[in-house]
Amino acid sequence: MASVQSVLAAALRPVNAPPAVLAWLVPIASIVVGLLAFGVFVALLGRNPLEVYATIFEGGFASAFSWNNTLLRAAPLILTGLAVAIPAQAGLVVIGGEGALALGALAAAAVAVPLAPSLGAGALVAGAVAGAAAGGLWFALTGYFRAYRGLNETISSLLLSYIAIAVFNHLVEGPLRDPASLNKPSTLPLPDAAMIGQIPWLDVHWGLAIGLVACLIAQLALSRSTQGFALRVAGGNPRAAMLVGLPVGALIVAACALGGAAAGLAGAIEVMAVHSAASASVLAGYGTTGILVAFMARQQPLAIVPVAILMGGIAAAGSLLQRRLDLPDATTLVLQGLLFVSILAGEAFMPKERR
Amino acid sequence: MITSRRTLLQAAGAAGLVSAAGLPLRASAQTPITVGVIYVGPRDDFGYNQAQAQAAAALKKLPGVKVVEEEKVPETIAVQKTMEAMITQDKASLIFATSFGYFDPHMLRMAEKYPKVRFAHGGGMWTEGKHPKNAGSYFGYIDGAQYVAGVVAGHMSKSKKLGFVAAKPIPQVLRNINAFTMGARSVDPSITTRVIFTGDWSMAVKEAEATNSLVDQGVDVVTCHVDGPKVMIETAEKRGIMTCGYHASQAALAPKGYLTGAEWDWSTPYGMLVDAARTGKPHLNFLRGGLKEGFVKMSAYGPSVTPAAKAAGDAARTALTTGNFAIFKGPLKDNKGGTVVPAGTSLEMTNLELEKMNYLVEGVLGSIPA
Repeated sequence: MASVQSVLAAALRPVNAPPAVLAWLVPIASIVVGLLAFGVFVALLGRNPLEVYATIFEGGFASAFSWNNTLLRAAPLILTGLAVAIPAQAGLVVIGGEGALALGALAAAAVAVPLAPSLGAGALVAGAVAGAAAGGLWFALTGYFRAYRGLNETISSLLLSYIAIAVFNHLVEGPLRDPASLNKPSTLPLPDAAMIGQIPWLDVHWGLAIGLVACLIAQLALSRSTQGFALRVAGGNPRAAMLVGLPVGALIVAACALGGAAAGLAGAIEVMAVHSAASASVLAGYGTTGILVAFMARQQPLAIVPVAILMGGIAAAGSLLQRRLDLPDATTLVLQGLLFVSILAGEAFMPKERR
Repeated sequence: MITSRRTLLQAAGAAGLVSAAGLPLRASAQTPITVGVIYVGPRDDFGYNQAQAQAAAALKKLPGVKVVEEEKVPETIAVQKTMEAMITQDKASLIFATSFGYFDPHMLRMAEKYPKVRFAHGGGMWTEGKHPKNAGSYFGYIDGAQYVAGVVAGHMSKSKKLGFVAAKPIPQVLRNINAFTMGARSVDPSITTRVIFTGDWSMAVKEAEATNSLVDQGVDVVTCHVDGPKVMIETAEKRGIMTCGYHASQAALAPKGYLTGAEWDWSTPYGMLVDAARTGKPHLNFLRGGLKEGFVKMSAYGPSVTPAAKAAGDAARTALTTGNFAIFKGPLKDNKGGTVVPAGTSLEMTNLELEKMNYLVEGVLGSIPA
């Protein structure tokens, strides 16, 4: 039995591996390095790097307005990041978040709108549950194929995502279309009064708080619960997990379903807090950006929050860079790319995790 | 450096706000104004966004007009924040929200939140009594230009088979397909247009596949209604067939095969809206125009266009700009044999009935996906 325990210990990927000081210092140093590299880039374009830095700070983080802007843009990314990070605990790379988000949006629009007149806020809860369920079921398919049919989850989730988006487009442009939406096919809208409101003292909807709570619960469940422990064992070494009698297949399906539920919830919130109806505009790439967020957060649920805020801040800053300094949108992508490369390179300075 | 520029912007914004509120405090065409322009795609897409950016570039040349621009802004909360940022950070008092999906709910929300700022939306149906007074929509009747392009294409086609790469089967797109086809069939009723829907506004691979498929079917003139016609035009040029452009001029992409094209001329409505804002006149809520009003224009004829085709194109254009020629008039049949416009009925270009179009006319080969 001792050998099983040692295999188990080696298989376990610790949730908070690096020492606390390094865990904060390395990412911050990486961001500084990324910003310096970006400064060189804009200097080569003939711009004053100090002016660019000041604009990034002003756009993303300098005022109440810019913080609201940053947080609003971060809100959906927290949930779509979680959609990647939870299956990652089972050792899976699931990248079909956009499809789960689409189905979540669709389910929320289909459920919340007819219920809104009679149920009021209850309709929002029903919409959120429907959205999470739709996304969860979709990702569960990927988990099932992986666990019981040996199908690569990255490929199957990507292909299923295309199917989900096709289903979304078909229903939005066909059976669920609001006949009044002539040139922009949409489902019937939720009345303004029935939508998800703002967090007090912030210009940000409740979706942000829901994302934060979801990350907190995920982190606690992974580090403190038996099931979270079992999931990490299954992710670290499925054979060892099976050896000690863990239901690896069920754990994989469950992890995927929970991830899909997070993405579906993101879609539901987009409809019920921002768009009021499901339309092609809802599919703005949050599911795809979530992959980046999760990897940057090293698949740690709580780390997703600051990473998503950084992404939101880059988007808000990019907006001001365009307007104030007439830099093209591609500049934002360069900034984003440089920051990511330096953050991922910073990993080299972290103690190695065992897989 | 930054401070001084910002102070200037604040002054400009304040002046703009005053005129927007209708208090003519020495408001005139010289009152400084900051204008924000928001694009859904890249400004140099040879298409929809470039057409809007050309008008923004024209605004920049006006004295006292400061233009702030942002490209690739998705139709999400991001565009609401961009509008808000233009108002609070750049002190813009007039916002051009150029993408269709910006209107509802994004621009309407911001218009309610900032009643003193003017919002102009490209394409949306602003409705009196339903939408705020400081919001509005501008649009062009580009089906007239498509009709003229169809006439030229009809003259130039040898196979009598035309092609149309379309995004979604929404009324605006159907209207363009129909007008192009009717222009061509006014030259020769045996001409047909094959239409392929790609399903979305920017689908480069599908647009190339659709163009190739049309060429393989014997089509020798192709046009489109997608956000960026670049892929379609380049593919067609490579395959050696003729093209008609859309949104902006793509002549540079097809030096051999480019015949003409239906282009927007947004500098006309942009100029009118800026002028109204600077002089404190009421916001122009519902602004429309066609070839006659200078809201749309034709690309210059390409080198391969024959004199006869040019003459026919010019004649069609004259009929549309001077006479009361209506493209959609009865008796008009759809491609399933049903009558869509009864004999004796003539639908003027401004008729709102046309904005609900849900059919393909006789001569179009293809169907509207359910």
